[in-house]
Amino acid sequence: MSVTSKKGLDYWLPKLVLSPTVAIAIIFIYGFIIWTSVISLTDSTILPRYDFVGFEQYVKLFQNPRWLSSLWNLVVFGTLFIGVCMVVGLVLAILLDQQIRAEGALRTVYLYPMALSFIVTGTVWKWLLNPTVGIERFIHNLGWESFQFDWIVNPDMAIYTVVIAGVWQSSGFVMAIFLAGLRGIDTSIIKAAQLDGASLFSVYSRIIIPSMRPVFFSAFIMLAHLAIKSFDLIVALTGGGPGNATDVPAIFMYQFSFQRGRLGIGAASAVIMLMTILAILIPYLYSELRKPKDA
Amino acid sequence: MRDTSKRYQPVTGRAILYGVLMIVAAYYLLPLILMILTSVRSMEDIRMGQLIAWPESFSLEAWRQAWSEVQIGARSETGLKPYFINSIKIVIPAVAISTILGALNGYVLSFFKFRGSDFFFAALLLGCFVPFQAILLPQSQLLGWLNLGGTIPGLVLTHVAYGVSFTTLFFRNYYVNLPHELVKAAKLDGAGFWTIFFRIILPISTPILVVTVIWQFTQIWNDFLFGVVFSDPSSQPVTVGLNNMVNSTTGETRYNVDMAGAIIAALPTIIVYVVAGKYFVRGLTAGSVKG
Amino acid sequence: MFKKTLMAMAMGGTLAAGAQAGEIEVMHWWTSGGEARAISVLKEMVEDEGHTWIDFAVAGGGGENAYTVLRSRAVSGNPPAAAQIKGLEIQEWGDLGFLANLDDVADANNWDAQLPTVVADFMKHDGEYVATPVNVHRVNWMWANPAVFESAGVEIPTTMDELWEAADALKAAGVTPIAHGGQAWQDATTFESIVLAVGGADFFEDVFVEHDQDALQSDTMIESLEQFKRVSNYIDQGAPGRDWNVATGMVIRGEAAMQFMGDWAKGEFTAAGLEPGSDYICAPFPGTEDAFTFNIDSLAMFKQPNASSTEAQMAMAGLVLSDEFQQTFNLNKGSIPVRTDMDMSAFDSCAVEAMDTFKSTAANGGLVPSMAHGMSTTSSVQGAIYDTVTEFFNSRSMTAEQAATQMARAIRAAQ
Repeated sequence: MSVTSKKGLDYWLPKLVLSPTVAIAIIFIYGFIIWTSVISLTDSTILPRYDFVGFEQYVKLFQNPRWLSSLWNLVVFGTLFIGVCMVVGLVLAILLDQQIRAEGALRTVYLYPMALSFIVTGTVWKWLLNPTVGIERFIHNLGWESFQFDWIVNPDMAIYTVVIAGVWQSSGFVMAIFLAGLRGIDTSIIKAAQLDGASLFSVYSRIIIPSMRPVFFSAFIMLAHLAIKSFDLIVALTGGGPGNATDVPAIFMYQFSFQRGRLGIGAASAVIMLMTILAILIPYLYSELRKPKDA
Repeated sequence: MRDTSKRYQPVTGRAILYGVLMIVAAYYLLPLILMILTSVRSMEDIRMGQLIAWPESFSLEAWRQAWSEVQIGARSETGLKPYFINSIKIVIPAVAISTILGALNGYVLSFFKFRGSDFFFAALLLGCFVPFQAILLPQSQLLGWLNLGGTIPGLVLTHVAYGVSFTTLFFRNYYVNLPHELVKAAKLDGAGFWTIFFRIILPISTPILVVTVIWQFTQIWNDFLFGVVFSDPSSQPVTVGLNNMVNSTTGETRYNVDMAGAIIAALPTIIVYVVAGKYFVRGLTAGSVKG
Repeated sequence: MFKKTLMAMAMGGTLAAGAQAGEIEVMHWWTSGGEARAISVLKEMVEDEGHTWIDFAVAGGGGENAYTVLRSRAVSGNPPAAAQIKGLEIQEWGDLGFLANLDDVADANNWDAQLPTVVADFMKHDGEYVATPVNVHRVNWMWANPAVFESAGVEIPTTMDELWEAADALKAAGVTPIAHGGQAWQDATTFESIVLAVGGADFFEDVFVEHDQDALQSDTMIESLEQFKRVSNYIDQGAPGRDWNVATGMVIRGEAAMQFMGDWAKGEFTAAGLEPGSDYICAPFPGTEDAFTFNIDSLAMFKQPNASSTEAQMAMAGLVLSDEFQQTFNLNKGSIPVRTDMDMSAFDSCAVEAMDTFKSTAANGGLVPSMAHGMSTTSSVQGAIYDTVTEFFNSRSMTAEQAATQMARAIRAAQ
C-alpha cells in the first residue's frame, strides 16, 4: 500500500513542482504571443478592438519606410554589437587570465556597466559623444584642433556610436563569461602543449579557443537577446535620430502601439520581431534538445 | 645575452599588458566619474560653464536634494527615497521567488526527466526573448482580472513570470553538468525528492545561486518598462522616480541633482557587483556557461 | 446611463449633505522644476476642499510614457480619475466612452463665456465638456540674446528675409545663429513656425488640420520645406539629439543668438536670474507676429466607479478654471491663462504680449492649433509628419519636392 502511494508521489511530485512554471509559460509567454498575433490582424487603434482586417496591418507595416530602415538598422547594430562585444570580451578575458595582480579590481571595473541601466547613464553618454561638449571638445582643448569625433550627429555614423555605448555596457559581461570559460579548461592540456614548445598565441588559437565553443554559443544567445530587445540604450542616446538613423524595431513598436494609436501595426511589428527571434532561437533549441541525455 | 633578453621581454610585455588593461578600465569608468563630478558642482557653475568640466565648487547638496528633497510631480513625499523603498519591496520577493522556482525547475529538468521535459525546457527559453513592449497590454488586462493592477504583488508576479526563463536556464545548465551518480545513489538509498534537493543539491549550488541572484537583482532593479506601466503612485520603483525627476518636458533642468539621483538609483546594483563580482565569475566558471 | 446615474448621485449628495470627501488620482507628466511647482498648487487647492489627491506622475518626452500607462490602466479597467491628455487624444478617449460629463460644473461656472470657442471645442466631446483646460502655451516664439545681436550689429528679425540676413551676419561674427535641438518634436516645432510664416494661418490649417492633399504638395509647402532646410546652415554641429533646455542654455550664455521654442523656455531664463526685455528678448517667430500657435494642456476626467471620486473630480474641474489657480499655475509654468477675462498685471511682458495676441487672433483669425504639440491632428498623423520632417531635415540628398510628396503620402497612410 504505502509503496504504491509513494511511487505515485514520486511520479507526480516533479511534475507538480514544475507546474507553476508551465502555467507561466502557457499564459505569459505563449498566451500573450497569441494575443499579439490576433491583435495584429485587427484594426485596433488606441485600445484593442476585435474588428478583423486580415493582413492589412502587415502590408502597411512593410510600406512604411521607417519600419524598413529600422530593420536594417537592427541588422547593422546587431551584427556589430555582437561581434565587437565578443572580440572585446574575449581579448579582455585572455588579458585578465595572465595572472594579473589587480585582477579583482579590474574585473569589477569591466563588469560594473552591466549594473547600470541607460536610464541612469544615458545623459552622460549623450554629453560624451556630442562633439560640442564631449570628447571632441576635450581633445580640441588639449590642443589637437583637427580631431574629429562627431559620429552621433552624423546620420551615416550615428548607429556606430550606439554600438560604442552598447559595447561599453555589455562587453564586461561577455568578458566574465569567457573568463569563466578559460578557467574551466583543463590546465594539464595547456601545460603539455607549452612543454612541447607551443607559443602562447598558438596555445590560445589552437587549443583553448576551439574548446570554448559552447561558451561562444552562450555569449551569442545572451548578446542576441540584448540586441533585439535594445530600447533604453537607443532612446537614451539618440532617440532614434538623427532623422531615423538609429531607429530600431523595438522603438517603432512602442511608438506605434502606445503613442500613435496604431496598436494593430504595433502588434504586427511585434509578430515580425518574434519571428526573427524564433529564426535565431530554433537552431539553439534544436541543439539543446538533441544533446546526449547525460553529458 | 640570451638570459637577459628572456628576462626583459616578459617585463616589457607585462608593462604593455597592464597599460592596455588600465586604458580599457579608464574607458569603462569615464561615464561614472563624469556623473560623480557633475553631481558635486553647483548649478551656476554648470549653466555658465561647460557641461563637462572640473568642478569649480564642491558640495553634496545635490545628493541630499535628490535623496529626500526634490519635488517630483505633486507628491507629498519628496525625493527619491519613497521610490527607492518601493524598489526594495519589489526586488527582494521577486528575486527570491524567481530564484527558488528556477532552482526547482532546474533540479526537475536535470534529474527527474520525463517525457516532454526537454521539450518544455526548450519552449520555456522563448520567454528570454519576448520583447516586453509587446506584452504590456495583455499583462495589464490579466493583472486587472487578478485585482493586482498597480500593486507591488502585481509587479513581483510580472518580474517572476519573465525572469523564470532565465533562472531555469541557469540552474538547469549547472545541474546538468553535475555527476548524476550522486542523485542515483541517493535515490537507491530511498531518499525522496525533497531530501535529495535539500541535502545534496542545494549545498553544492552556491556558485550558480550567486550568478542567478546577481542577474535577477540587476534586471529587476534596473527595470523601467514594467515599473512604469504596472505601478501606481504608491508602488512606483526608483527607475520611474528617477525618470520623473530627470525627464521633464517643459521644466528647467538641474543636472547636478539629476546626476546625484542617477547614482543613488544605481548604488544597490553597483554595490552588488563590487561585493559579489568575484563570486559571479566563480559561479560562471563552475559550469553555468558550459551548457 | 450609468454615468448619468452617478452624476445624479453626486449632485444629489452635494445638495443634501454638502461636499463629500473623495479621492482623486491625477495622472500627469509635470514632474520637475516649474511644472512640478505649478501642479502642486492645484493639489493644495483640491486638498483644501477636503479631497485626497493621489499624484500619478509619469514623465517622458511629451507624455509618451504617460500615454502608455494610461492605455494599460484603461485595459485593466481602472483608469485614473483625471489624466493630462490633450488635443484630439481627448476625442479618441471620448469615442471609446471613457470620459465623464462635466457639463454641470461648466454650466455652474459659465465656462462657455469664459473660454474662447477654439479652446472650449477641444474640451468637448459630442458637445459635452469632458476635459478642463489648464493653460495655453504659445509655440511660435523666438528667444533671443540681445547682447549677441548687438555685438554682431544686427536687429532682432521680424520677417523671414530679415531672419536669414541676421543669421548670416551672426555667423560671420562667429556665433551660432540658431540654438537648436535636433529631436523630432523640436524639428517639427521649428517647421510649423516656418509654415505659418511662409503660408499664413489659412494655409497652416489646410495642411495641418485639414490635411488637404493639394496644399500638402503645393509650391507654398515646398517653399516652406526649403526655408526650413535653410535652418540647418545656421545651427551648430552638436545640435542632433540635444535637449531643448541645453539649447536654451546656449542662448543664455551668449554662445548662440536665438532659439525657436514655446514659452516654457522662459523657465530656464528665469532660473538663471534673467529679466525679459533687457537680458533676453521674447519675440514672435519672424513673420508670425499676427498669429498664435497654441498648445493647450488639459486634464480629461475619466468615469469613476464611486460617487465620492466623481465628487472630487467635479470639485477639481471647478478649481482649475478659478482665478487663483490660473494665475499661480501659469506664473510658474511660463504659459498664459485659458480665460481671457483675467487680470494680467502679475505676469511678465512676454506673457502679457502672448495674451494680447491670443485675444486678437481669437477674434480676428490667426489662432492656429500646434501640429508639433499634438493639437491639430491625431497622434498617428502627427507621427507621420514628424517622421518626414526629421528625416528631411537630417538628410543630405532628399529634396523639398520629395519631402512634400513623402509627407503627403505618409499622412494619407496614417489617416
